Amino acid sequence: MYIIIVGGGKVGFHLAKALLTEGQEVLVIEKDRSRLDFITGELGGVCMAGDGCEASTLTEAGAARADMLIAVTGDDEDNLVSCQVAKLSFKVPRTTARINNPKNEKLFHMLGVDFTVSSINVILENIQQEVPTHVLTHLLNLQDRGLGIVEIRIPADSKSIGKKVKDISLPTGSMLILILRRDEEPRLITSATEIQTGDQIIALTPTVNEDLLKSALKGR
Amino acid sequence: MKILIMGCGRTGAQLASMLDADGHQITILDTNDYSFHRLPPDFKGTALVGDGTSDETLMKAGIEKVDAFVAVTQGDNRNIMAAQIARHIFKVPRVILRVYDPLRRELYSKLGFDVFSPTVIFAQLLKDNLLGKG
Repeated sequence: MYIIIVGGGKVGFHLAKALLTEGQEVLVIEKDRSRLDFITGELGGVCMAGDGCEASTLTEAGAARADMLIAVTGDDEDNLVSCQVAKLSFKVPRTTARINNPKNEKLFHMLGVDFTVSSINVILENIQQEVPTHVLTHLLNLQDRGLGIVEIRIPADSKSIGKKVKDISLPTGSMLILILRRDEEPRLITSATEIQTGDQIIALTPTVNEDLLKSALKGR
Repeated sequence: MKILIMGCGRTGAQLASMLDADGHQITILDTNDYSFHRLPPDFKGTALVGDGTSDETLMKAGIEKVDAFVAVTQGDNRNIMAAQIARHIFKVPRVILRVYDPLRRELYSKLGFDVFSPTVIFAQLLKDNLLGKG
């Protein structure tokens, strides 16, 4: 696969390195000369100078034959425009943008960016997972399908405790899949599984119904 | 007309002052309050510090009720992003923006935006003037 990375900062550099190790064809577009020299020194001739939002740079980079463009600069507006130019002018099949302000996620999808990664959201979720009172944690977002895989911890005051799964009213499209209980092997949830305090449940849910799922299982 | 202008540089300030003098209701945004010194002393509109690519700031600036949004910051991409927020999220009836890069101007003009490239316009003006067609 030919992958163009826009932005040779820390994220861009490590991403390029990882993709090269996988055997992908990679080109990093970077404006800053000293950053470019650093990447060339570390990874070889895989970096070109230029502005990844400019059509002329993308032409030179061979964007027309790229399978994917990943924009990971520190500026959301640059990442957005780079993905839009790639998509609209060069028909790049898949575009990914790094998002610095988590609020921009919805906007970027609306404006045609295929996939977004918000580093702040990822960090926040990892930290929240460590907070014992936090009921729902995202494990994986399947953005294409509008679905998410989440972990739910059943708090002691949950109204679902002692109920069987079939007796709990879940939002449309939400499925409880796995149950992890202390000192027990993980097992698949059936309609007869009874919910207990402290249960960790892995569930699949449409992203839009996340709050409903949370309120179906959380405390009173 | 109620008009929201993003970017109080020379162009933004000039436009704001002209429209203000014509009796339009102007709100102008800039990330740096120092920029507002470019506005004339008798400016009757509202000057607000904030980033126009943030929907919160735009709402504070009253974007939900404006008739037109003009993006004239120094950054092409910032103008492009703000213009798309204004159009797609807030459904502003008229959105105008400045994009220096001629190629990007062409692309977003194809997407139906009123995009002006000072680069193209000014070069054309100079050429006409040089060749005596001005």
